[in-house]
Amino acid sequence: MMKNSQVKVTKDIADDNYFYLRSCIRQNFFPGSENVFLDILKNKLGKNIIDNANHTSCTGIGYHSDIVPYETYQTMVARQFSLMTGQGLKNAAVSCITSYGGYNEVLETWKEFPEEEAKARKNLKNATGRCFEIPENISHSCDIIYKFRHDIAEIAQYKLINKQTGKPLRIVDHIGCHYAKIFPDKGVGGAEKNTVLSAMVEAWGGQSVDYPERRHCCGFGFRHYLVKNNRSYSISNSKKKFESMEPYSPDMIITNCPGCNMFLDKWQYALAKIEGKTYSGDKNGIPVLSYEELAGLVLGYNPWDIGLQMHQVNVEPLLDKMGIDYNPDEKYLDAGGKFMGKPEFTGCLPE
Amino acid sequence: MRTLMQRLGEDVRLKEGLHACMSCGICTAVCPAAEYFEYDPRSIAVTVQSGNEEKIRKLIESDTIWMCGQCMSCKPRCPRNNCPGLIISVLRKVSQETGAFVKSRLGRQQYLILKTIGTNILETGYCVYPASVVPESHPEQGEVWKWIYQNMDSVYERVGANIGKEGPGAVRKIGRENLNELECIFAESGGDTLFTTIDEFSRTYAKESGFIDADGQPDMEKYTDFLLNEDNDEK
Repeated sequence: MMKNSQVKVTKDIADDNYFYLRSCIRQNFFPGSENVFLDILKNKLGKNIIDNANHTSCTGIGYHSDIVPYETYQTMVARQFSLMTGQGLKNAAVSCITSYGGYNEVLETWKEFPEEEAKARKNLKNATGRCFEIPENISHSCDIIYKFRHDIAEIAQYKLINKQTGKPLRIVDHIGCHYAKIFPDKGVGGAEKNTVLSAMVEAWGGQSVDYPERRHCCGFGFRHYLVKNNRSYSISNSKKKFESMEPYSPDMIITNCPGCNMFLDKWQYALAKIEGKTYSGDKNGIPVLSYEELAGLVLGYNPWDIGLQMHQVNVEPLLDKMGIDYNPDEKYLDAGGKFMGKPEFTGCLPE
Repeated sequence: MRTLMQRLGEDVRLKEGLHACMSCGICTAVCPAAEYFEYDPRSIAVTVQSGNEEKIRKLIESDTIWMCGQCMSCKPRCPRNNCPGLIISVLRKVSQETGAFVKSRLGRQQYLILKTIGTNILETGYCVYPASVVPESHPEQGEVWKWIYQNMDSVYERVGANIGKEGPGAVRKIGRENLNELECIFAESGGDTLFTTIDEFSRTYAKESGFIDADGQPDMEKYTDFLLNEDNDEK
C-alpha cells in the first residue's frame, strides 16, 4: 500500500534565506515552538532566517472575524512584504496558518485584480512611505520542516518508536483548514490527501494513522471562539474529531496550525470537565504537539526548553514511550533554576 | 443610492467566491456550521446569485450570515470553484456598513469582537496577547494556562520568549513606531471607518434598547453585559 509520504507533491518550497513571520496565537500559547523552529533552522540545518522585530500581526483573526476590512488586510500584508523587501529577502516563512491562507488569498486577488494591488501599494505608501516587492516564495513553516524531514531524520537522537514495544508510535494529524482548503495547490498533498505532517511522522519512524474526520475543522470558527457565548460551536467540532480518533488509540496528535494545537489541547480538558471522560484511554488525554515541537523532541531538545510544560495535556507519556532522557523535576523551574510553583492540575481528569 | 446587490458586487471577493452556483449542496454537506446550526450555505449562494434585493436585505439582517466559522471547508469541494465562505465575508461587510448587523443577535456580537480583538490590534500590534487571555473569562484554557498567567514573565522567559521587551522574539513589545504605522494603515485603508461604523451603530442600538447612563448617553458597559448574556441556543 502506498504510504502517505509517497503521494505526489508538487509544491515549491524555498530552501534557504527566509523572512520569518510569527503567529499571534503560537507566540501566545506555545512560544517555545517558534523558538525551536528558528533554532533548528539556524543551528541544525544551517539556514539563514531573519526574525524581524518590526513586524506586527497580519490582523488575520480580525479579518476573518470581520472587523478588519479586506482593503486594510491587504495593506497590512503589503507592510509585511515591505519589511521583507527591506531585508533583501524573497522567501516568506509563515508560522500562522490563518496568515498563510491570508497571504495566499491576497496574492491571488492581486493576480486576478491588479487594481487591488495598486490600491494596496498606494495605501501603504500614503500610510507609511513604504514600498514592497512580491515575494518569490511563501511557505508555511511546516512546509520547511517537511522539506528537511530527511535531514532531520539523519541527525535525530530519537525515533517515533515505542521503546518498550519496538513498534512505531501511532500518530494522527490535524491540518489547519487555511493551510490547503482555500488553495489546495498551496499545501503539500492538497486539501483531500494532505501529507505535510504524515510524511514527517513516517520519516521519523512513526506510523501515520488515518481517521474518518481527519479533514474536519478543529472548530475555532473565529467569532465562534472569540465570543464567549458561542464557544459551544468550537468545542462541539473538536469533540467530533476526538470521537473520530478514539477508536484508533493514537499516541499523539500532530498539528500544523497554532490555533488547532491550542484548541485540541485545551478542549480535551474542557470536555473532560463536562463529560467526565477522555478520548485517550487514560486520564491524561492525548498529547498534542506541533511539528516544530515534535522535530525538537526527535532532535533531542530538552522538552522544557521548548515549552512543553505549557500544554494542558501532559507530554510525559509520549516522552516515556520515545525513551527520551528528561528530568521531570525541571518542568516548573524558571530560567535561573528556581521553582516557579506549579499548576493546580494538569492533564484532563484527576487520577 | 446603491442597491445591496451593487454594494456586494463592488467587492472583488464576490467575483472570486461566486461563479454560477448549480445548487448541488456539497458546501452544505461538508460545512461544520451546517452541522451545528440551522444553516445552509447552498441557499446563501443561491440567494445572492438571484440578486433579489428583498431576500438579500433579510439575509444581512439575519443571524444566518454570522453562523459561518470561516474554515473554508466549502472551497475545495465545490465543483464550480465557488466559495460560500467568501460570499459570507462580503455579506457581513455590507451588513456592518449598512447597520443591518444590529438587527441580529449574532450580528450584534461584532461589538464584542471590536472591543477585544480590535483593541488588541491597535494597542499591542497582536490579535491575541497573553495579558488579554484572562483566566476568569477563559475557564476552558485550564489550570496550566492559569499557572502561566500567574507566572507570566518567568514562564515566557524560561521558554525563550521576549515578553514585553524591545527587540525580536516571541510576544515581544511591538514598538511605538510600528504601532504608529499600523494606525496609519487603518486610517488610510478603511479600517478605522469600519471600527467607527460598528461602534456607532452599536451605540445607537444600545440607546434605542434602553441602555442609557445618567447623562442620557448609551451605557456600553451594560450593553456589553447584555450581549454576553443573550441566549446562545440557536440550534
